[in-house]
Amino acid sequence: MSEAILLEAAQAAITLAMSRGASAVEVTCAEGEEFTASVRLGEVETIKEAGSRGAGIRVLVGRRQGSSYTSDLTPAGLETMVSAALEIARITEEDPYAGLPDAAELGKLETDLGLWSQDIASVEASARIDAALRAEAAAKDFDPRIDNSEGAGCDTYTGCRVFANSLGFAGSYRSTTASLSVTPVARAGESMERDSWYSMSRSWAGLDDAAVIGRTAAVRALRRLNPRKISTRKSAVVFEPRAARSLLGHVFEAVSGESIYRKSSFLLDQLGHAVAAPRVTVVDDATMPGRFGTSPFDDEGVPSRRTVVIDKGMLSAYLLNTYTARKLGMKTTGNAARGLAGAPGIGHGNLYLSPGTMTPEEIYRDIGTGLLVTELIGFGVNTVTGDYSRGATGLWIENGEPAYPVSEITIAGNLKDMLANITHIGSDLEFRGSTSSPTLAIGDMMISGKS
Amino acid sequence: VSLSSSFFGQKFGLTERDLERYLGEALSRGGEYADLYFEYLATSSISLDESIIKSAAQGVSLGVGVRVLAGERTGYAYSDDLSPEKILKAAATAACIASGPASADSADLRVSPRHNLYEIQHLANESPLEERAALVKRADAAARAYDARVFLVQAIYADSLRHVLVATSDGRLSTDMQPMARLNVAAIARQDGGVPQRGYDGGGGRVGLEFFTGAHSPEALAREAARQAIVQLDAREAPAGEMTVVLGPGWPGILLHEAVGHGLEADFNRKGVSAFSGRIGQKVASELCTVIDDGTIASRRGSLNVDDEGEPTRHNVLIENGILRGYLTDKLSARLTGAAPTGSGRRENYQNYPMPRMTNTFMLAGESDPAEIVRSVASGLYCTTFGGGQVDITSGNFVFSASEAYLIEDGRLTAPVRGATLVGNGPEALKHISMVGHDLKLDQGIGVCGKEGQSVPVGVGMPTVRLERMTVGGTR
Repeated sequence: MSEAILLEAAQAAITLAMSRGASAVEVTCAEGEEFTASVRLGEVETIKEAGSRGAGIRVLVGRRQGSSYTSDLTPAGLETMVSAALEIARITEEDPYAGLPDAAELGKLETDLGLWSQDIASVEASARIDAALRAEAAAKDFDPRIDNSEGAGCDTYTGCRVFANSLGFAGSYRSTTASLSVTPVARAGESMERDSWYSMSRSWAGLDDAAVIGRTAAVRALRRLNPRKISTRKSAVVFEPRAARSLLGHVFEAVSGESIYRKSSFLLDQLGHAVAAPRVTVVDDATMPGRFGTSPFDDEGVPSRRTVVIDKGMLSAYLLNTYTARKLGMKTTGNAARGLAGAPGIGHGNLYLSPGTMTPEEIYRDIGTGLLVTELIGFGVNTVTGDYSRGATGLWIENGEPAYPVSEITIAGNLKDMLANITHIGSDLEFRGSTSSPTLAIGDMMISGKS
Repeated sequence: VSLSSSFFGQKFGLTERDLERYLGEALSRGGEYADLYFEYLATSSISLDESIIKSAAQGVSLGVGVRVLAGERTGYAYSDDLSPEKILKAAATAACIASGPASADSADLRVSPRHNLYEIQHLANESPLEERAALVKRADAAARAYDARVFLVQAIYADSLRHVLVATSDGRLSTDMQPMARLNVAAIARQDGGVPQRGYDGGGGRVGLEFFTGAHSPEALAREAARQAIVQLDAREAPAGEMTVVLGPGWPGILLHEAVGHGLEADFNRKGVSAFSGRIGQKVASELCTVIDDGTIASRRGSLNVDDEGEPTRHNVLIENGILRGYLTDKLSARLTGAAPTGSGRRENYQNYPMPRMTNTFMLAGESDPAEIVRSVASGLYCTTFGGGQVDITSGNFVFSASEAYLIEDGRLTAPVRGATLVGNGPEALKHISMVGHDLKLDQGIGVCGKEGQSVPVGVGMPTVRLERMTVGGTR
C-alpha cells in the first residue's frame, strides 16, 4: 500500500460516515512493517517479519461520539467500521466540549522532518543479524565474567500514518526506526546481574557502533556484581539519564490536560508558580528533525510545535489537546495523541530537560556522598499526590566517585519536593528516545534498605 | 468440534487441507515444527468521566501468525489478511529460519481435547449496548453517593470475544472461544481543598454480564474505590526500612507473581538467566508455602481452555512446602529441556509468538486465623491493596506497590499510611513467611501481566500471610 491508498480509504470512510448522519468525522490509517532479529550466544534465536495495517474512526453525532477500528481496508471493511462507530455513538452522552479542532487551528509543518530514511527500508536481513551478533560478541569478549546473555536484538520498522477529518484536513507522513540492543549477564560467585544498552535511530547509518553498544552493556552489567544492601537513610540521589527521564514522564502526566481538568495532578493550579528549582527548564518540542517524538501534526491535525512546560523553575504551560483545552478555557498545544480508535488523549513530542554545564563526574564529586541510581523498577508513583516510592539499583558514591553497587532498596519522596530539590543538572543530554534528560541530582531523598 | 463447524471453518471456509498446505509450506525449508495461530478478536469499551459517558468504541481485528521452530531458532511471520496467498507468504517467510530441504512431515490434524471453563449465560459482547452502558452509570452514582468528598469518578467497562484456532505440525487442532469482560472504577476524593486522593477497584473474568451482580456489582466496585480514596485522606507518611509485614488475602498475591512466578518461566531458566535457574528441588520458601499456577479455574481472568499453542491448561505446582518443584513451559522450552508441558504458552495476539507465562498464580491456604496473624505482630505494616509490581529476574530483586496499608501497633491496625513500594529478593523473600492464613482468596479479575512487550490477562491469589522481614519504601 501507499500513502495515497491510505488517504483514499480515509476519505472514503469520512464521506460514508457523513452521508450516514455523522456531523463530524476523523479517520486515522496506519500501516507498518516490522523486521526483528534476535541472537543469543552467537546463534540466531528469532527472526520475525511482517506487515500490518489498520484504520480507526471517530464520529460525532452532535455532541455524542463513537469510535471503531478495523484491519480490513476494503470498502466492505470500511463500511463495517463506519456502522460500528455510528451504532456505539448512540449510547454515549452529550458532552458540550466534544468536537474537532477549530478549522483555523488545523495544519502541518511542511519542512522535511527527517523521519524517513531509505537505508532502513532497504537493509538486508543478514545485516540485522550481523549487527546483533557483533553487539553481543563485544559484550561477551569484554570480560570473562560476562558468561551468559539474554541476547541481542536488531529491529527495524517502516511505517506510514495518515489522518484526515471532515473539516478538510488530510495529512500523512512516513517514518523509519532502527534499534540495536544487547543484554549481557555477568556472574561472579553467587552473584548474577544483567543490564542492557541500546541505540535507536531514524536511519540505519545513524545507529551507534555495535561494538560500543556491547561494551557499554558489559560495563553496566559488571559494575552491578555483588551489590550491597545499604541501610535506611536520607541521602542525595543522582539519577543517570536513563533513570532521570522517568521523572520527566511523571511531570508529563501531571501537566497533561486530562490530569488538570480532572483536578488530579500534583501540579494543579500551579501555572505561573515555581514548581521546580530555578535551574530547571522542561521543553516539549515535536518539531526537532529526526527525533523520535517528532511529527508534522498531532493526532487531531494540529501543527506540531515547541512548548516550554517549565521555564526556569516556573510552570509555564499545560500540554493540551482540543478537548482538554476547551475544558480549561485554553488553546490546544498540539499534543493530541491516539491509537486507531477512541477519543484523542494527550501525548508529548520530544520532552526534555535542558542540560546544565557539569559533567556527571563533576556532579559525583560535588555531591561527595550519595546514591547514583542506574535503574528504577515498579509503579509506586502517584501523580495525583506526588507520592513517589520506587525500587532502585545503582552505585554508592563515596569521596566523589562511584564506589560499590547497591540494590534491593527503594527511594522515596514527593515529586513536588524532588523537583524543588534538583541541585545539579548534567551537560550529558542525549536524545535516545522521545523523553530525554541529562544526569540529575536531587538533594535529599529517603532511601529504604536494611535496618 | 470439527473444523468445518468451527468459527474459522464457518466464517472463512478454512479446511484441514488449507491448514496442512500452510504447515507444509512452513516446514518447506527444514524446520522441525510449525504452528498456525488464527485469531479473530472483537472488542468494545465504554468510558465514563465526570458522570458523562464520553466515549465508546467497538471493533474487530483478525490475523494469523505462523511459527517455525528449528532447534533453538524461531521464525515468525503474520498476516492480517486470511487469503491463502497471504498466509502462504507468511509461512514461506517463517520457514526461512531453517535452511535446507523439507525434512519433517506434518502429522494428520486431529481435534485435541480442551477444558470447558467459561460458564457464561449471555456473552457480554452480544448483550445490548445499553445494558453495558448502564454499568458505568451505576458505578458513577454509587461512588458519588458513598461520600460527598468524592468529586470525580471514572468508570471503564470493556469486553472482548476472541476466537482462536491453533494447528500444529505434530497434528494438534484446537479451537477456542475466549470471552472476557471487566469493569474498573476510579474515584478521587478531596477534603476541604486538601490534596486529592485516588482509589481504584474493578472486577471481571471470562464472564458474561451476569457476573456484575452482588459482590461484583457496579455499586460494590464503586463503593470500594470510593472507600479507598476516603481512607487515603487520613493517611500519614509510610514508614521506611525493614519491618514485619502482613499481607491481606487476594490481590496481594501479586507478591507471588513477582517474587517467584516470572523467575520460574522456563525460557529464562533454559537460558540460565533467572535467579531460580538450576534450583529445582531446593528450598526457596518457608515450608508453609505451596504455590500453584492454575489455568483451569472456571471463569477466571487468567484461565484458558487451551493455551495459545493449543495445549490444555493445567494445575501446576511451582513450590510445594517450600521446595521448588517445576517451571512453566511453552512448546519451545519443553522441546529443548525435555520438561513436561504445563499449558503455559501464551501470546498477546497473532502478531506475537508465544512465551511461557503465568495464568492464575496463588498460594494454598494455611491454618492460621487471619485475625490472629495481625494480633501476633507487635509492630509492622498491614497491606491490603496493591498497584503494580516488577521484577529483575536475573538478580531476583522485585518490587510491588501497596496502595492501601495500615500500621500494626501492639497487634492492632492503627493509622492508614500512604502508598509505598515493598522490595525483596525472589529466592529469599518467601523464606521469611512465618504464618499463612486459612483465608485463601483470589483477586477480582483485573490483572494484566507484561513481558517483553506482550500483555496477557492473569490472576493472583493468596491467604493472609506474615512476612518476618521485608523492606518498606516509605518516607519516615
